[in-house]
Parts: sequence; C-alpha cells; structure tokens
Amino acid sequence: MDPSTEIVRLVVNGQSREVGVPTHFTLLEALRYVLGLTGTKQGCDKGDCGACTVIVDGEPVLACLTPVWEAEGREVTTVEGLAGPEGIHALQDCFDLHGAAQCGFCTPGILCSAAALLAGNPSPTREEIREAIAGNLCRCTGYAKIYDAVEAAALRTGGPQG
Amino acid sequence: MADSLIGQGIRRVEDPVLLTGRGLFVDDVHRPGMLHAHFLRSDFAHGIIGSIDASAARAHPGVVAVYTADDLGDYWAKGPLLVPPPPIEGLVFNEATAGPLARGKVRHVGEPLAMVIAESRYVAEDAAAHIVVDVEPLPAVVDIERSLDPEAPLIHEELGTNLAARVGQSKGDYAAAAGGAHLVVKRRFTYDRGVSGAMENRGIVADWDPVSEKLTVWDTTQAPIPIRNGLARLLGLMESQVRVVAPFIGGGFGPKIMMFYPEEVLVPWIAMKLGRPVKWIEDRQESFFSTTQERGQVHEAELAVDAEGRILGVRDVFIHDTGAYDPYGLTVPINAQCTLLGPYEVPSYESEFTVVFTNKTTVTPVRGAGRQHGVFVMERLLDFAAAELGIDRVEIRRRNYVPAGSFPFNHKVLFQDFADLVYDSGDYLPALDRAVEMIGYEDFVKGGQAAARAEGRHLGMGVVSYVEGTGIGPYEGARVTVEPSGIVRVATGVGTQGQGHFTTFAQLVGDVLGVGVDRIRVTTGDTGEFNWGTGTFASRGIVVAGNACWEAARMVRAKVLALASKRWGVAESELELVDGSVRVAGDPGRSMELGRLAVEANPLRGAVTPGMEPGLEATAYFGPASGATASGVHAMIVEVDPDTAMVEILKYVVVHDCGEVVNPVIVEGQIHGGVAHGIGNAFYEQLVYDDDGQLLNASFMDYLIPTATDVPSIETAHVVTPSPLNPLGVKGVGEAGSIPTGAAFAQAVQDALGSGAPDVCEIPLSPNRLWEIMEVAARSGARPGHAEGGAS
Ligand code: FES
Ligand code: FES
Repeated sequence: MDPSTEIVRLVVNGQSREVGVPTHFTLLEALRYVLGLTGTKQGCDKGDCGACTVIVDGEPVLACLTPVWEAEGREVTTVEGLAGPEGIHALQDCFDLHGAAQCGFCTPGILCSAAALLAGNPSPTREEIREAIAGNLCRCTGYAKIYDAVEAAALRTGGPQG
Repeated sequence: MADSLIGQGIRRVEDPVLLTGRGLFVDDVHRPGMLHAHFLRSDFAHGIIGSIDASAARAHPGVVAVYTADDLGDYWAKGPLLVPPPPIEGLVFNEATAGPLARGKVRHVGEPLAMVIAESRYVAEDAAAHIVVDVEPLPAVVDIERSLDPEAPLIHEELGTNLAARVGQSKGDYAAAAGGAHLVVKRRFTYDRGVSGAMENRGIVADWDPVSEKLTVWDTTQAPIPIRNGLARLLGLMESQVRVVAPFIGGGFGPKIMMFYPEEVLVPWIAMKLGRPVKWIEDRQESFFSTTQERGQVHEAELAVDAEGRILGVRDVFIHDTGAYDPYGLTVPINAQCTLLGPYEVPSYESEFTVVFTNKTTVTPVRGAGRQHGVFVMERLLDFAAAELGIDRVEIRRRNYVPAGSFPFNHKVLFQDFADLVYDSGDYLPALDRAVEMIGYEDFVKGGQAAARAEGRHLGMGVVSYVEGTGIGPYEGARVTVEPSGIVRVATGVGTQGQGHFTTFAQLVGDVLGVGVDRIRVTTGDTGEFNWGTGTFASRGIVVAGNACWEAARMVRAKVLALASKRWGVAESELELVDGSVRVAGDPGRSMELGRLAVEANPLRGAVTPGMEPGLEATAYFGPASGATASGVHAMIVEVDPDTAMVEILKYVVVHDCGEVVNPVIVEGQIHGGVAHGIGNAFYEQLVYDDDGQLLNASFMDYLIPTATDVPSIETAHVVTPSPLNPLGVKGVGEAGSIPTGAAFAQAVQDALGSGAPDVCEIPLSPNRLWEIMEVAARSGARPGHAEGGAS
C-alpha cells in the first residue's frame, strides 16, 4: 500500500468504518474509490458544480473540497444513505413523481442539498429552495421540476407544524 | 383494456436506481488491477512540435507506459470523416481530421501530445509533468473573420488554405425579388461559441479478457454501436469480440456523439496491449479544451419584403467556425442554412456559407446544432422589417407562415440528411395564437409595457417561431422478448443521456402488449444486448428507436395472438392482452400469462409450427425516409435594469408541436432543459479566447451556466400535428427548447431598450455587452440610459 496511507475513521450513512486512504485524498475520493459509494458524483473537483454534495453533521458540504481527515469522526450522509428504515426519503419519491431527474448525474448532490435544507427548515419558500440549490449545477432540467419536487417533499414531511 | 399508456406522464422507471445513487456511470466502473490514463495536452494553440522527450516520465515510479505519436507506430491514423458533405452542386469541402496524438503540429490548446499510463491518476499526472515538449509556437488564427486573410498562418499546410468548405444553395431569383421589394433590411449577426456543459465529463474504461478474448469498453458515448464497430476494425477484432456499454450517461447534448475522440482510440488499445484494465476520466478543465464545442458564426443577411411585410426573399452569407478540424462535415452550417427558413414561405433564397479552420477546439453539434443561428437571423430580420414597416411583430409572422393545408411542404433546399428540406406536418397559427394569449401580448403592447415604463421599469417582450427537423434516419432497431417470468425485455442500440428512454420505450411496448411498465426492462446503449443502430443525435431517440420498439412489440403481439388463437380455437379478434396475460375477451377461464405462453412457444419436445419462430421475441427496424418536423413558438417578458444592464426573465412561454406525446412530464422536462440551455447561450455563455488562442474561462467558476436562480419558471402548452412519417406520429423534442431562445431574448431586450436603441444583433448578450449597447443608446439620447439617472 502507498506509504502515505493512513487509517481514518469515517461514519458514513450511520455506519462506522475504518479505512486506509492516501492522506491527500478528498472525502469524495474516499467515498467513491475506497468505500465504493459511487452515488456521489464528481463534476469538476474544484467546488464549482455541486455534484459532490454530501451532508456532514447536517450541513451540505462539497466532498471534493473536503480533505478526508476533516470528516474524521463526523456524521456523513450520502445519497445512498438518504433512505430511512421506512423506505426512501420523501425527496426521492417527489423527485420521481415530478420528473426532477433527467440524466441523474447532478441529482445525488441536489438531493443532499435539499435534504439538508428540509432538515433545518421544514417549510422553505420557493426562494429559499432556489438559494439552497444555487450551488448545484444541472444542465438537463432547467430546475423548475426540482423546485416542484422539493416543495412537494416539504409539504409531505414538514408542513406548517414543522 | 386499461387506458393507453401512451400519453401518460407516468413515473420514470429509471428513477428508483438513479435517485438512490445506484445508477452505473462510467466513472463508477472499477476493475481489479485497473490502470489510469492521463493525457499531456498542448499549451499552445498553434505550433510545430520539435521533440517530445518522455524518458523521465517513463522512469517515474508507478508509471507503466508513456506513448507519443511516434510510439503508436501503425496504430496512428487520422480519424474518420463522420458525415461526408452532401451532394450540393459547386460544393467545396476540405477534409482535416485529427490523429489520436498530435504529430508534427499542434492546432489547438488541449490537443493531446502524450498518454501516460500509471498505477494511479495522481502518478500519471505527476509523471506527465516530467515530459519535455519542445514546441515552436506559431501565430494563432482566432478571429473567424480573419482566418482567410492572406497573411493568416495556415493551420493545415497540406490544404494550402484555411478554408474548410464553401457551400451555396439557392432557389428562386433573390436579386429580382430584392429589386422589386418595398423594403430590404440588412444586418450583420454574430453568435458566439459555448460548451455543451454536460455535468458528467467524458470517460472510458477498457478491459481486455485474454481468456475469452473479449474486450469490454464502458464509454460516455451517444453512439455505442458505431464505436464498437470502429474499435473492432481498428483493433483487428471481430465485432462480436467487442462489447461497448454506454451505461447511464450524465448528459450528452451533442459532443458525446463525436467519434472517435483520441481517448476512445487509445484507451482500449493500450488495455489490450498491457493486458490490464485502463480508465480515463476527463477532468472539467480538460473538458473545456478537448470536448467539442459549437456556435461561432457571423452572418451578413438581408430580407426583402413587400409593403404588407410579405417575404419576397432572403439572402444570407455566413462564416462558420469549425475549429481546428472538421470531422463532423457540414452538419452544423447546413442546419443553420436550412433552419433559417423556419415556418415561413420564402419564395427566393440565396445562401452561401464559408467554413473556416481556426486554432480552437473542434466544432461538432451541440444541442440545436446550428439551428439557433438560422432562427436568430430570420427572426431578427422579421423584427427589423416589422419595425420599419410599422407592422406588429406578431402580425408579420402570421402573414408569412406556411398555411396549414400545404403539408408536406418542400422548401427545395437540401437538408443535413441529404434529402430535400420537406416539412411533413405542422400548423403554426394555433401555436402563435396560444403563445400570444399565454404571454398576455395584447395587454402588454396596449398598455402594460407603457405603464411599467412610467414607473421607470424597462420591460420588453419577445415572440418568435421556429421549425426543427428532428428524427432523421438512417435507422434504429429494437428487440422485444417475453421472458418465461413474464418480464418483457426491450433492447435497443441508441444510447441515452437522461431523456427518459427507459420509460418512454417501456410505455410504447407496454401499451402494445398490455404489460405494465414495472414488468418491462429496457436496455439501451449496450452492444452486448443489441448491436445494430447509429446513436442518439438530431432529436431522434423517440422517433426512430421509439418506432422500432413499438413495431417489435407489435410483432410479438401478433405471435401471441396467433398462438393463443390456435390454442383455444378462437378468432384472434376475440382475444385481448391485459395485465401481462392474453385471454379470450369475457371468458376469465381462458387466460394465460405471457410468460407461460413464451415457455409453450419454446418447447423441449414436439415441433415449432412451420412459419413460426420459437419463443415470444421479435426484432424490428425503423428508418424514416426523412425527418419529422417539430415546431413551436417561444415568448418571454424581460426586465432590463438600466443601471446594471442585468436582464431578468419575468415570464417564459413555450407552445410546442412535437407530434404525439408519449410522456408529457418527460417532454416538458426536455423543453425546460433546452430553454435553460438556450438562456445560458443567449445571456452569458461564451468561451473567451485571447489573441494567442488561449481559452480564458475554462472552468464553471469563469464560464457561467445557468443556476437555479437564473432560470424562470416556464409555462408550456402543446399543439399536436402528428408526423405522417412514422406510425406513432411522434417528433423529436430534445433540442427544441434551446433553438429559438436567443432570438426571443434579443427581441425582448431590444423591445425593453425602446425605439432609437441600437440594433441587438448578437448572442450572447451578457450584462457587460448589453451595457456597452446601452451606453451607445444613452449617448444618442435613446432610452433607457443609466446616465439619465435610470429608474426612478
Ligand atoms: S465536484 Fe465538487 S463541486 Fe464539482
Ligand atoms: S439531471 Fe442531468 S445534470 Fe441534472
């Protein structure tokens, strides 16, 4: 193994894993190429596109800009972990219902941005939804159906009672 | 029988996989022992290669191999000319395609010079930094209008010119028409270059299995079957030894139909040579240099009209930038030439285009593929003519539409599929009326705009029409199989990049066989499953492959009916296919699941009746004689901020005719995405090159594509004129949204600037550029001028 490999303890989708990763790896590389969680995508590796968005301790984070050791011991949720014991996340169902995914490449990142939004703000306005996903580029959809889907998911999970 | 599946906005069958992160994309492929490729690319736009010394890179720990053009031996060959020029009289075409690694010269920044294969991508990139390349730079040809200057350096010396092509097409007598015209408007129009901007970069993984002697290639291509065929030829293998898989693709938009990219030629070859799997994934910056681009054209055009605004003729002379090479022939400029005619009757047309080489990335189709340029020129000419004649801009369009009863309508010029540009169907007035109503045209021109202006707000409206040739040949095929489990397998060769083909093809097949889409498995883009076809381009998936799927399903249905009618001794007309079974109508006792019938049709003993084939399976092909003509009207209202030149789109309306709609949610999504792409093009997407041919904005930080805050909500409505050229009556929709956006945007911005403003004849209209235009307006006393204090 590469001499500059280190053991890092990651808590991904509720599971604690100790993995050997090259120290220069980003969280994105560790997820995709070490843990085999390829749902999270790489569209630029520079923090410009949002495809690599995952949730770290409740916040949306660009995994391509996060050194892997920075995630050590923190709660990381990826698209593979959005579903709960009772089935898929309301966002996933609403994305399907509203046709919010086309090629699906940006979708894992957008789902994570939106899930982090709804976790902190169960009934966001359309403007807040736009802002929350403004860092996630999507070339296929024109975004409208994504807003619809996030709104629908918010109604289902949050609603006025929060 | 349940309601028809066709026309329903059902959920996509591919979503459960994609939305949980389980969709396989090329970069998700990992093979044991896999090596990684990295390409060293030219830093210069133009130059002579002196020497390339890779010895230090070869000695770098972890490096397995380094190749330059010289190391490729006989394998080095120029790429194919994908689309030969059409048979147009007097046509000049100079072919120049690229080899996999530059030899002798580099002709654009990013042209690959060497390939490094190493144990990791990091090592490969580090080693590439140790390759010493000696290039003697030459002046670069950047400005497309200077490419043919006598002092311009030659890009391909062997051609003796930077001219790639010159093509003239005409009909009628334009000179006479112009001579007798009440008015001739002339303008110069420019449309600049952008990227396709698929979120997934290109990539390829190749794995040679020496035991089975089979090569498997995962490739981000829109055309897996031609790639398979070409690789077999290049590598000296039988086609059956090569399997090309285009798994889920993260957006295509045109450039992923280009073949062969250097990486596609080299990665499979090196994987075979080394006997180890090899992966290459393009990085985003690399993509800005090495993935093909589009859009640079300059038009000098004129429109002759009579006093009522009726079109007498159009003359258009334009230059098209093909970049450093022209592997895609003339598809893009011919699209521009033909699409200019739009939904209008144009009695005389004189069009000549010149294609030039420049020291920029090669140009091949990007969503719209030249059509937007033609639409932009025609629509703007109509706007200027209407303004000068004092005719309402909607009215001038109405007066010139091809009338509803005149289809098929032949424009008598040659289209990109080498056939006459014939519109198979259409009905333009209802679409215009609907769009005008939805956007609130009357209220806007009769007071809304003025009222806003009185409050210091500069609003403008754009209303434009377009026609789009879609769904051209040559053909696609599909195989439909009923499995013993009752699952229906559908395999077709087109690749899919997010268009929802898995769902729409399932709808078509399910409708014929009476099977729910949850029991249908569609495979696209895997030559191991189906290996006849061409690819996804020209908005043709649903038209060509869709009809093939439907026909194959009908053949299976015919088999089911024949077998069941024999089995139960009833007429076929008494049978129905419902819920995955065939049954005698009204007789629940005589019903059989299709899966069981499939087993019966493939017996282990006894005989398969002569004339029947075993099993429930059929393969069908569909090749339309010519394209299905989609059309539509886009309308938008914008607000221009006179202080910042920012433009906000307040309302956007699309009325579209894509024939019969298989899945309205998917169609709407395609339109939304196209419009968003078109807005990016119209507003700010522009590749900025300096005089040395260096691209100055090669990242999504510097090259902006629309974000969630830029795209307005889009209202859509449909007019349906079924295409008579295919049994389903469908037309393509993939590119439509992006085609008229620039024209609508420019008209709306012009309208917002008000009378006396300079002509808006270019795309993109970034706030910077618009500011300059407004400065001129302000100085000449026209509104709106920030110098006057702007909005109050
Ligand atoms: S891959 Fe991380 S922002 Fe693009
Ligand atoms: S769905 Fe393709 S990039 Fe968003």
